[in-house]
Amino acid sequence: MLQLSDISTYYGQIRALEWVNLKVNPGEIVALIGANGAGKTTLLNTICGVLSPKHGQVLFDDKPISHFAAEAIVQLGISHVPERRQVFSGLSVSDNLLLGAYHRRDKAVRQDLDAVFELFPILKERQKQAGGTLSGGEQQMLAIARGMMSRPKLLMLDEPSVGLAPLIVREIMRIIVDLCARGTTILLVEQNAKAALQVADRGYVLETGRIVLEGTAKELMADEGVQKAYLGKGNRLQLARCRIEAGGYACLTDSSIETCVVCPTRQRNKA
Amino acid sequence: MALESQLLQYLFTGVTVGSIYALIALGFVVIHNVTGIVNFAQGDFAMLGALVAVTLTTRTPIFNRVFVADFDLPLPLGIVLSVLIVSLIGAVLYFLAIRPAKGASIVSLIIITIGAHFAFQGLALIAWAADPYGLPVFTRGGPLEIHGAILTRQNLWVIGVTAVILLALYLFFERTMLGKALRACAINRLAARLMGIDANRMALLSFVLSAAIGAMAGIVITPSTFMGYDSGTFLSLKGFVAAIMGGMNSATGAVVGGLLLGIFETVGAGFISSGYKDAIAFIVLFAILFVRMSVGVRKGQSQFEEVGM
Repeated sequence: MLQLSDISTYYGQIRALEWVNLKVNPGEIVALIGANGAGKTTLLNTICGVLSPKHGQVLFDDKPISHFAAEAIVQLGISHVPERRQVFSGLSVSDNLLLGAYHRRDKAVRQDLDAVFELFPILKERQKQAGGTLSGGEQQMLAIARGMMSRPKLLMLDEPSVGLAPLIVREIMRIIVDLCARGTTILLVEQNAKAALQVADRGYVLETGRIVLEGTAKELMADEGVQKAYLGKGNRLQLARCRIEAGGYACLTDSSIETCVVCPTRQRNKA
Repeated sequence: MALESQLLQYLFTGVTVGSIYALIALGFVVIHNVTGIVNFAQGDFAMLGALVAVTLTTRTPIFNRVFVADFDLPLPLGIVLSVLIVSLIGAVLYFLAIRPAKGASIVSLIIITIGAHFAFQGLALIAWAADPYGLPVFTRGGPLEIHGAILTRQNLWVIGVTAVILLALYLFFERTMLGKALRACAINRLAARLMGIDANRMALLSFVLSAAIGAMAGIVITPSTFMGYDSGTFLSLKGFVAAIMGGMNSATGAVVGGLLLGIFETVGAGFISSGYKDAIAFIVLFAILFVRMSVGVRKGQSQFEEVGM
């Protein structure tokens, strides 16, 4: 459904993403985990058209979309729920939701609004309230619901759990699984690796702009490096720092690096 | 004249003048909210609106008296056409000057609008020379007298048109999806883009809307005051002060600011000297900026205190 090949994205001279390859199949929940500043948000912004990659290709339903504007990409069926929710604070909850369907010209918008209210009863209660007056969890639900109003094939969520209480995080994750079961493919970006990997089918680990590890959620959770770095078991350590240079690999001779998807000499050895 | 009727007279005149400032200020706020630009050509939309309406409805020599515009359209039709033409000019300004500078800093864009102001003024000078123009009053008839204060029928038109525009804008921003999309763009441009709202189109719309509001303001005051190629300057400045008074991003604030500024001016001119009329606007501006700054400084201090510094 979505395929990124050899994507590199720059902020001016600064490289934020480096040769990223990533694939999302229809019906999957794919988690993208990584620390602050790893490039997770940059990756989503590159997919949704806010940023454009310096090279590489983004394919959506086998169509290249890397040089479409953000406004056009929404209409193709990719909905991006941005980090820190970004609800329209001065507008009412129902206006927020209706704006989610702004580009749609069909008549089913009202129907979808009811469907969304069914999924998020709290939003129905608060539909007349200004978006900015909701609690953090409610705003996150509003942001997700607003994203769903465009009837996306692929929903991209940027750190939906950030700043929320554990109970609310669980609720959000339940909603994500629910949405997937109803037929929406999901790309979930999280710092909260534990929560993300629990609901995901597959996952990618992003570190300083590169995908350093990929696998099924189970494999990732069992991976020693992931456990140490992201699941709070043992000390933090980097998974890999090997770099792709022009025409070859520059491997670091660092004994802490056990696995690396970049470097052929330290391919992840499945136990 | 008794003090009471004198005060009432100042109030009437103040509200009338203030309505115009309010409309110009609204134009500033609409563009500023959506694009972040302060459009100093805002007053020129009013000037153009008035002069185009004059040209369409009365026999007017134009282009250094080489041509004579003799459309002689009825006034209502002339007004509608003039508003449409100026809206189009707003769109042209956007496409010619703002859109090509995409990615430039806001300050550069503001300087571009100052350039546009001089361009409009120059073109108007070429087209209409330095003559003052007027329009006939919209409805004939004697002025109303209330408690010894005079309210002309044109004053009522000014206040009425302002009220109608405000109501229309309110309905547009509160009741239509397009208006809400415009507000969404003002609140959070990134999120609006992610909803498929085309930010460029919204910016264009804000210029067209502001131009139309400005044109209407210019047309409705021209029967009571003369309008010339350089009237845009003072209208822009007064409208800017009114917009700042209202906080620069609130439509209600702009209207309140405009009305207050109009009343301050007439009261000041009446009690002190009419020579100070224009100075008052800028004294008010300085006072507001000064108060805001000192309030800002104090707030900053208390924030430091809160975190224990």
